[in-house]
Amino acid sequence: MINNFPYIAVIIFIGLGIYTLMFKKNLIKIAIGICLIENGVNLFLITLGYRTGAVAPIYTHAPSGQSMVLPTPQALTLTSIVIGIATTALILSVAMMIYKHYGTLDVDKIRRLRG
Amino acid sequence: MKQMSKIVRTITNLVYGFIIIFGFYVIVHGHLTPGGGFQGGAVVASAFALLVISYGALNIQKLLKKDLLSILESCGLTMFIVLSFLGLGITFFYNFLANSGSWFGDTAVIGINPGNMNTGGVIPLMNIAVGLEVLAALGVIVLIMAIGAEFTKKKENS
Amino acid sequence: MKKIILGIAFLLFFSFLIVSAINMRPFGEPTFSEMDDYFIKNAQSETGANNVVTSIVFDYRGFDTLGEATVLFTAVVGIVALFRRAIK
Repeated sequence: MINNFPYIAVIIFIGLGIYTLMFKKNLIKIAIGICLIENGVNLFLITLGYRTGAVAPIYTHAPSGQSMVLPTPQALTLTSIVIGIATTALILSVAMMIYKHYGTLDVDKIRRLRG
Repeated sequence: MKQMSKIVRTITNLVYGFIIIFGFYVIVHGHLTPGGGFQGGAVVASAFALLVISYGALNIQKLLKKDLLSILESCGLTMFIVLSFLGLGITFFYNFLANSGSWFGDTAVIGINPGNMNTGGVIPLMNIAVGLEVLAALGVIVLIMAIGAEFTKKKENS
Repeated sequence: MKKIILGIAFLLFFSFLIVSAINMRPFGEPTFSEMDDYFIKNAQSETGANNVVTSIVFDYRGFDTLGEATVLFTAVVGIVALFRRAIK
């Protein structure tokens, strides 16, 4: 079981993110929970492509005589990180406009005020 | 946001040029070392965020203009799309400059080698286009959210 | 009352994730690697770049990069539209 420790780290990330998403009442804390889930999934994508005892897939000044890790999950995780930036920026901007309109960031109170 | 103290402003004046130059180094050498367009663009945008924090959002608008950053971002994305259409004789996104002998067209030595910057084909040009777009996009996001923080503040005694 | 039901559901889901993480394949042995072996062997002679990851992102799979640049552009358009009254 101690060989699978990267997968357990991914589960801890996703578990903490879902806990923050379900049980907290502040809008900024909910945004942090969404960001935690995204980072956990990116870590999982990268740890799927590892070969034991291999080096980075770059030919400039590489150490000789060793195999290379798989490069495709690294290329697709780049795209996923940038999409995470776009999502987090939009969530925080909408939270700022809600604070200007309602005066509070508590999720229960926002549901009850009208207008 | 208000200005920070004199020590912070002095160190920012000394350091932000080096951060911008390091970001451009990471963008341009994307086909030889780890890095590329997205990573180098994020490094340059962190220099912009340092400027916004230490000088205040309303004072930095004379140095970082929002209109110039917006035009840079559109130019970056347009250059990326034009580069992808230029190889349409064979297929979409065809690397028509690789191994051809003209601009960025040397053939690379197979195996482990110190890098030759003249190789790569259309990849360094795409790196520059995407790097311009990412640095302008992240700079606009940081600047507009800093200005908007003044706008959405609740009045203290109402 | 609602918190107890939510707590039990969260603990059930979390234990399912832990059991599936322990029973996964051992870390360091990928399953199918024929496509990546082709990329590692032929990327230097076909594209001429030393960095295999960059040649995948911009040459072999450039269409995904086009979609990602569009997503970043759309996010900036949305943020500027939200704060239109503040920057006037």
